[in-house]
Formats: sequence, structure tokens, C-alpha cells
Amino acid sequence: MKSWIAFWNILLKDMRSYYLKPPNISWGLIFPLAWTSMFFIRSGLGLDSVPALLPGVMGISILFGTTSMLAVTVTFEKKGRSFERLLLAPIRLETLMLAKTAGAILFGTANAFVPVAMAAIISGLPGVGWGALVPAVVLIAVSSTFLGLFIAVAVSEVFEAQTFSNFFRFPMIFLCGLFFPIDRLPVFLRPISYLLPLTYGVDIIRGAVEGPSRLSPALNFSLLALFCLALFLASLRNINRKWIL
Amino acid sequence: MIASGPALEARNLAKRFDGVRAVDGVSFAVRRGELFGFLGPNGAGKTTTINLFTGLARPDSGSVSIDGIDCLRDPRAAQARIGVVPDESNLYPELTGFDNLCFCGALYGLGKAIRKKRGAELLETFGLAAAGERKFAGYSRGMKRRLAIAAGLIHRPEILFLDEPTTGIDVAGARAIRSLIDGLRREGTTVFLTTHYIEEAERLCDRVAFVVAGRIAALDSVERFVQPELARHVLRISCRGLGGNTAEELAGGFPDFEFRVPAAGEIRVEADRPLPVGPLVRFLEDRSAEVTEAVRVRPSLEDVFVRLTGLEAAAMAKEKKGGGR
Repeated sequence: MKSWIAFWNILLKDMRSYYLKPPNISWGLIFPLAWTSMFFIRSGLGLDSVPALLPGVMGISILFGTTSMLAVTVTFEKKGRSFERLLLAPIRLETLMLAKTAGAILFGTANAFVPVAMAAIISGLPGVGWGALVPAVVLIAVSSTFLGLFIAVAVSEVFEAQTFSNFFRFPMIFLCGLFFPIDRLPVFLRPISYLLPLTYGVDIIRGAVEGPSRLSPALNFSLLALFCLALFLASLRNINRKWIL
Repeated sequence: MIASGPALEARNLAKRFDGVRAVDGVSFAVRRGELFGFLGPNGAGKTTTINLFTGLARPDSGSVSIDGIDCLRDPRAAQARIGVVPDESNLYPELTGFDNLCFCGALYGLGKAIRKKRGAELLETFGLAAAGERKFAGYSRGMKRRLAIAAGLIHRPEILFLDEPTTGIDVAGARAIRSLIDGLRREGTTVFLTTHYIEEAERLCDRVAFVVAGRIAALDSVERFVQPELARHVLRISCRGLGGNTAEELAGGFPDFEFRVPAAGEIRVEADRPLPVGPLVRFLEDRSAEVTEAVRVRPSLEDVFVRLTGLEAAAMAKEKKGGGR
């Protein structure tokens, strides 16, 4: 069986049916633009604020872009039973779920580069470590997508997926060092920060844009990759338990 | 590749949901090229049995095999050999009919050129060529059902699972679908058909299994089921003003005959010898009933079903709303 044909066509269908629809394109552009503008104006520091704000805006753009879409592409199709078509196809569950999440990963990655493009226009982004920034963006997109998948599999309604996503997303804005350094959080909250994958991704971006990261890049990348694997495997386990009865 | 042996086989298959036995020790084999009917009311375990074969459910015990391949050990290889038409036409509403077929072909690894060729052919075969570029969401229920069957055939499976293919379809649509199913059988496709429409199974199937409460009550060829019934004499009497205990009174007056009241205002009389219409009508009229019709009925698979399961076929068919027969 040529699984790559199935993989490619699932991705292509999702891109056409969901991600490349005008509302999503505009959402993918407007949302990061709005965040970037809001923080840039609010900081009042002019061009100097760009490196400090960029990691947080990129992180938040990826997080919301990816997790919002999984509720539609997975929960909606599961509810409408068209997801059964995919489960009946002779492809491995891993391949199937990678195909279903690939669109969200691409969407989240594209979302992240909207504020990067804006920042590049405003400040030129001198001295950015692209070699660390680009893989970090992709890994954040993967981990956020798999978090969205984990949530989408845990619920049965689209609105539940959105609500449950917010339960994770909004605390992550404050706990992952996006706009508030983790060192300034109350001591009892800091351990929670290190249980969230975005913390490590944003730390890599901060290191690539602003200067040295808090943790070593190797440790950040390793932990982020580990989160990706754990969330994906947990999602597969839940699909096996809940959807293949 | 295993070329001999049954196309499908279930052995002591059992599955529970929340303590309820959906499938309870079911064993059967479907021969190659056979159109096998799985008949029973809602909740009898028909769809669960299909799900156990197709990989959407796992048995608590027992085994299922497709073409000799253990569905639990090698589910992908088993899935590659089958086509499935679920009880709901669950294609993608935002895609056109043609794109739906091509997408389903891609799920089975078909190349682009083959997908397009087969998609166009299937639209033609299923009378949907004119609607091929319309979105699935805009299709009528009958068109959706036909496209769902076409989607199950895009990769040319040797075995096709059809779950309630004509439920909720108007008479003309149901006839068209039955004709397509008959065509598949003639082409040599093995078809596993679930239905609660007994006359549909009688018309189409080579063999049928009656399934009730997760168990197979009987399994045989339609011919062998019906043959003994043909020796029976059956009369259907329609009348107005029937009393509540008319069947008991009739049984008292005619002890050699069997009486049933399958629906209000209808009496079904069965016997091993020719039935005397006059005495029966007079008996009823003496009890103030107005006989409007007395018709000799050719015994059918429905009679076998009722005798073996104790379920009324008419009541079973009514369970699914909107079923146009």
C-alpha cells in the first residue's frame, strides 16, 4: 500500500477544506498582526521592544493557530462520522494522524512568521539565529498541534474542544515566559511552567532573537521533542481506546 | 495470498458494550462470491459485527478473518481487501461527488490517473455522472447512498460490507440500489449485507442469518428457508370491528389452524392443508366483524423469520424512520 498517497491526499484535502479557506487565512494573518501591534504599541519602547516581544507573539500565534484548527479537522469530522472513512483505510494509525495534523503544523508555522515578517520590516532583525529559530518554530507548531490533538481526542463536541483548549492556552500565555519572565512568577507557579512545552520553545526563540537562552538549546530541543512524542503517543492511545471500540 | 477458504469467517465472536452483549458467540462463514444477508432488528448486533470485521471495533473474544487474514493480527492487510459502506453516508459534504470518490481512492493508495478514471466510471455506473461536480452536501438521500456505495468500490475490493444500504431511501432509490447490489453479485463480488428489510434479503441474498440480541437464530440459504414454508397454506383476512380476543376465539373454533394478528384489523391464518375461506369469514361475521378482504398469501422469508425469532417483521421495519419501501 502506498501510504504516502493517502498521507498527501489527506493533507491536501484538509488544506483545501479548512486551512486555505478565506476565514482561516485572514485569521492566520490578522491574529498575529493584532497581537504584534498591540504589544508593540503597549510597550512604548519603540524599535527596542521588538526583540523582547517577538518570541512571545510568535509563541502565542502558533499556539492559538494550531490548537483552534484541530477541533475542526478532528472533532468535527469525528462527530460527522467522516473520520470513520479514515479509520477504515488500510493505513497505520500513526500515518493517518500525522497526515491529519500536518496541515495544522504548517498553518501554525506560517502563523509564526507573520510577526517575524513584521518585525523584519520594522527593525530588520539583525543578529537573529535563524538556525535555531526555524526548527524551534516547527517544533513549537508540532507540540502545540499534538496538544490540540490530545484535546480533540478527549472530547466529542467541537465546543468542548475549544473550551478545553482554553483551559490550557490561556494559562500558557502567562506561565511559559511569553511576556513575563518565568523568574518573576511566584515560586509555586514556576514548576508548572516547566511542565509546559511552550516554555522550552519560547526559550529557544528568545535565545535566537535576544541573546542567550535560559536553558541550553540542546536541552530545550530535547525536551520539546520529548513533549511532541509524549503528546502524540498519548493521543494515539486515546484514539485506540475511545474510537476503536 | 490465500485463494481458497471462506471470504469472511467469524468464530465465537463476542462483544459487550456497558455490560450489554452486542454480539454473543457468533460464528459463521461467508463463501466467495456470495451475497450474504445479516437480518435482524435494531440493536441485534449487525453493525457491531461489521465493525469487528472492518477494524472499527475489537472483539472481547473470538476471531474474525477476511480472506484468511486474521483481522486482529493484521488489520491493515484485511482492510485493504474490503470495501465498506456504513449505515450513514459519511462522505465529505464540502467535496464534490467526483472529488469524494478520488479522495477515497487515494486512501487505498490509488494513483491520480487511476482514481480519476475509476471515479468517472463509477459516477457513470451509479447514474451520478451529471452530479459529479456538485458538492455532496447538495445530494438527495438516494444519491448520497449511491455515491457511498461507489466510494466503497473505488479500489475494486473483492469483498464489500453494506450496512443497511436502502434505509431511509424512497422506493425508486431503493430499487436502483438493489439493482446495483445484484449487479455486484453477478460480477463476483462477495457482499455482506445487513438489513432489517426481509423482502430485500429474500430478493437479493444467497444465504441469510437471522440475528436477534447478538445471537444467530438461524442461518441457511433463502431457498432452503422458504421451501418448507411453501407447503403451508396462508390466508390474510382484513376486517373491521375485530374484538380484542378474536384470535383466541378463532383458535377455539378452528383448532387445526394457526392464527396471528400481525397488525390492527388483520388476521393471518396458517395451516398444513387448504384453508376453507367461507367458514372463517362466517365465523368472523357472526361476531360482528366486517370482512373486507381475504387473500391467499405465498409464504415468504418473512414467515420463516417470524416463526424462528418470534419477532414481527413489520414492527422491525418500522423501527427505522423514513424507510421508503
